[in-house]
Amino acid sequence: MSIHKGRGFASINYPIGMNLGGDPSQALVHSNPDGKFAVALSSIDLGQGMKQVTRQIAAETLGVPVEDVYVDTADSDTGPHCMGSFASRGTHRVGNAVIQAAKEARSVMLEAAAEELEVNAADLETDGKGNIFVRGAPSRSISTGEACGAAQFKQGKTVSGRGIFLIPMSDVDPETGEMTPVSCYAHAALVVDIEVDDETGEVDVKQMNSAYEVGRALNPRMVEQQLVGGAWMGMSHALWETTEPYYPERTHGPTDFNQYLMPGPGDIAPHNIAILERPAPDGPYGGKGPGEMCANPVLPAVANAVFNAVGVRIDELPITPEKVLRGIKANGGARPQGQW
Amino acid sequence: MSKKPLQFTLNGDSKAVFVEDGQNLLDVLRRGVGDLSPKYGCGQGTCGACTVLIDGEPHLSCLTLAETVEGRSLSSTGGLAQGADLHPLQDAFMRHFAAQCGFCSAGMLMAAKALLDRNPNPSRDEVVEAISGNICRCTGYEPIIDAILDAAQSGTGRRSA
Repeated sequence: MSIHKGRGFASINYPIGMNLGGDPSQALVHSNPDGKFAVALSSIDLGQGMKQVTRQIAAETLGVPVEDVYVDTADSDTGPHCMGSFASRGTHRVGNAVIQAAKEARSVMLEAAAEELEVNAADLETDGKGNIFVRGAPSRSISTGEACGAAQFKQGKTVSGRGIFLIPMSDVDPETGEMTPVSCYAHAALVVDIEVDDETGEVDVKQMNSAYEVGRALNPRMVEQQLVGGAWMGMSHALWETTEPYYPERTHGPTDFNQYLMPGPGDIAPHNIAILERPAPDGPYGGKGPGEMCANPVLPAVANAVFNAVGVRIDELPITPEKVLRGIKANGGARPQGQW
Repeated sequence: MSKKPLQFTLNGDSKAVFVEDGQNLLDVLRRGVGDLSPKYGCGQGTCGACTVLIDGEPHLSCLTLAETVEGRSLSSTGGLAQGADLHPLQDAFMRHFAAQCGFCSAGMLMAAKALLDRNPNPSRDEVVEAISGNICRCTGYEPIIDAILDAAQSGTGRRSA
């Protein structure tokens, strides 16, 4: 009996969003009389940060402080249509819709300000701190609150905007089978170091080192948070989680947390992450979507590491001790594939 | 079904409610006295989201018979902040991004509070052990462990009250 070290590598190209008959999301933006803005979405924040990122995007586009923007999500009765939060599409699709809506609202806000300042709207700029001023003459200014108030109480304008972002459906070419399902890819590469016990079949993840290319990290701390948590989930999928029974039939499968295995706080491995930023041409401020991609490279990397450690090629997840032991037995013993 | 009177202290306030035979503490806290801070996760004592402190010890309120807390002193996450002032643990959780969906946070915070009240300077392993009964599905645990250690090291994890 001995412990075998192994190292595995995997890299992925990850498509942002999907293309089932077209992939649209909408956003509506409007101001209140005090110059605070509300963004209405049907998109859902499950904790991944949709509210925060769309809030930043709206504030940046409107040219107002982020504190002046409120994002209302997940009400499909009153919010404009969204396909949903899945396929890592939220930041990319919804973010673009928010930009379009915020641009329209901004133009009305600037028109209202121009009327109050008696200047041309094209000569106006925002300072991002709640002021609109004449380019080259910063003393001629009006607050965004005053401009929005004037629009509504004096000028009879709604400071509002509509936005939609659509990746249209891409039909399959009947001749070639070719299609263009997505417009934007994120990328990742991950190296995992493990130890395999050839007596118990247990795989112990010792360390992960990775690089994720996410377009622009619109909120770097939240991107890092999502990568750390998502990679943990990938490790969990690789080695623990399944709804299938181990023994001997389906009725013995896990139905609750008592039986559904997941790594706990004592099973985590150090993970060093490099976040690479190559802004996407069609992404909101260059953003893509870290989403599901956080987890994806971990699974093949762990499978490769197991092969490296004991020479067992496992092609069915999760990589349970039983599968590792059966593989070792079939090979007539552990066959380490050599040091890296 | 008969109902029985039950009195206990929750976050320093006296509470008096009627409970049904066999009613669990989580149900009494959420529906009986309206403290929604403990969460119903699994209802079988495996996820830790319902963790509250009974006389300073962490307990799974979903598995605790309500009648057993007669006269005892309970703490929940709802009592951690003093007005607008967050508890140091809450502050550390925010600074370390130790939550995504937030469903485990209430239980994690109470498990961490019980640890720091008992052991103001825990090792990393002791933190891991203290939260090993709490499941988190988003963070990968690392930020939570870091936050608890930070709250402990800043010497402010412990608060009398």
